[in-house]
Amino acid sequence: MIRNYIKIAWAVLQRRKFFTFISLFGISFTLMVLMVVTSFYDHAFGPQMPERESDKLLFVNNMREQVKEGYTNSGPPSYYFLNRYVRPLKTPENVSINSLFMPVNSYVNNKKLALDQKHTDAAFWDILDFNFVEGRPFSVQEVANATRVAVINQNTRKNYFGEKEAIGQTIEVDQVKYKVVGVVENVPVLRLHSYADVWVPITLKSQDFKRTGLRGTYFATIKAKKASDVPKIQEEFATMMLQVNKNKSKDIKEAFAYADDIFGTFARTLLGGGKTDKSGLLYAILAFAAFLFMLLPTINLVNINISRIMERSSEIGVRKAFGASSATIIGQFIVENIFLTLLGGLLGFLISAGVLEMINDSGILAYANLGLNLRVFAWGLLLCLVFGLVSGVYPAFKMSRLNAVEALKGGSK
Amino acid sequence: MIQLTDIEKVYRTKTIETVALNRVNLQIERGEFVSIMGPSGCGKSTLLNIMGLLDEPTSGFVAIDGQPVKTHSDSKLAKLRNEKIGFVFQSYHLIHDLSVVDNVELPLLYRSVSASDRRKRALEALEKVGLSARTKHFPNQLSGGQRQRVAIARALAGNPEIILADEPTGNLDSVMGEEIMDILLRLNQEEGTTIVMVTHDENMALKTNRLIRFFDGQQVADSMVIEAQI
Repeated sequence: MIRNYIKIAWAVLQRRKFFTFISLFGISFTLMVLMVVTSFYDHAFGPQMPERESDKLLFVNNMREQVKEGYTNSGPPSYYFLNRYVRPLKTPENVSINSLFMPVNSYVNNKKLALDQKHTDAAFWDILDFNFVEGRPFSVQEVANATRVAVINQNTRKNYFGEKEAIGQTIEVDQVKYKVVGVVENVPVLRLHSYADVWVPITLKSQDFKRTGLRGTYFATIKAKKASDVPKIQEEFATMMLQVNKNKSKDIKEAFAYADDIFGTFARTLLGGGKTDKSGLLYAILAFAAFLFMLLPTINLVNINISRIMERSSEIGVRKAFGASSATIIGQFIVENIFLTLLGGLLGFLISAGVLEMINDSGILAYANLGLNLRVFAWGLLLCLVFGLVSGVYPAFKMSRLNAVEALKGGSK
Repeated sequence: MIQLTDIEKVYRTKTIETVALNRVNLQIERGEFVSIMGPSGCGKSTLLNIMGLLDEPTSGFVAIDGQPVKTHSDSKLAKLRNEKIGFVFQSYHLIHDLSVVDNVELPLLYRSVSASDRRKRALEALEKVGLSARTKHFPNQLSGGQRQRVAIARALAGNPEIILADEPTGNLDSVMGEEIMDILLRLNQEEGTTIVMVTHDENMALKTNRLIRFFDGQQVADSMVIEAQI
């Protein structure tokens, strides 16, 4: 039966080429945009290298201070806060303190090389899952001794050393020389908590350690023993913040900081802080935006489908005469519409692959490696099915209610 | 086989009420070949549609094999149409996007029949109407007579007990019309299929067993054809 429906769907598509073009263009363009957005989402928040175990990771990247005059100051937390209050938390498996990445300059063959540098501790390398192509991360000892060692990414190795091995070589960044101990695969800039071109020991920035304010230029990356421990860590973090507020300076009315997962940190930053987790709200906003974005092409497709199906009222009459119930007719048109949307989806996939490749090659986003992996594919497939169902159900329902006699006359009752 | 009791069909608009059928009582017996004649608009096709469960009467009862169908759900009516009734229409109503054999398979799509069995039965039906050589053609590649033969094969594929034919020769020339009539007669005589045929053609009607005449929605004559010829 399905084969018969698909044969019909294919023949109908070929019969009205302009309608088919409009339908397929609408579907494939809409899905392409949604696929690219999904790919960005996956790239920024999905379990990707080096944050593969994202369900066990929490990030502290903001400290909001409500000051007495009624103003609010907000920014990354200080090393002092993270080291004194966050590192000693008991529920996490491990805590890393690392700096924001900062732009630095380097010169290779008299050519300026703009790099991003991040200061990290040794735990950073244990918590995150970098792909080392050469060498190793810097050790606890090297961090303790503030040894001038660096881990660089593949792109920096290429700029400095071409295809040669980098381990043991020296790079000079902002007039400081570092010995390269490791080379990792490029990390995309969207991974704000992990990304850099050059990673060096945090102790090389020890001047920051003495500052006692709550705000500074550091992040904490927290790893749970298991995903189910995450709420316990957040609970312990909240209790710890009560202590912070007891010990705070008199100038501050209240201090707020949270340990959120990667999407949670983004949601809280984007939606203006607040005490509650904003992930649900942001998901709802994104879903609503996707719904609105899909609404117009869906309405268009519903209209095209209705006029396309109306032309086939005689067929509906015949099918009813030979034993198709209204439910069977609905099923047929939904199958046909899903076939059409899957076809559009396939085109959308191909166009998305091209667009993502263009974005990757353009260099708009450093080390972007946007792609159509299995997760994105699954999302795309789901979107196609939803699109197919939503745009097919109403026309199918309307047509299934056609009186068989009127349908055979080609009527519209 | 088919029993119609006090059937009325009234079409109403805001200003006009048209009585298409007025208190029709009719019994069609198993194995009969009945022709229905009358001027255009007298309610013949409406009657056929009500017999075929494609339309509902405004009042009155329809029973198939002694079972009233008034309270049947949409899906139960569809099942009954699928298993008991085959339709042949004046304008063939083939699905243009499907090949001849796919068109003929249509009634079997709505039964649990395997694809291979479906194909086998469709080919057998096409053989009965002499169209075995045209199975992969599309309807627009066939003549009118051939299309009507495909339509008959489609009606036969489900092996129905009743065939309802609405002016099956109306769009055909006399030679083609004779061919179609011969097929219907053969089905009735050799396989015992009950056939009810609406026609304008007196000659065709006289080949059937029983002739019912309609005028203004009312049954005005019902006679065996031998009597009618006298």
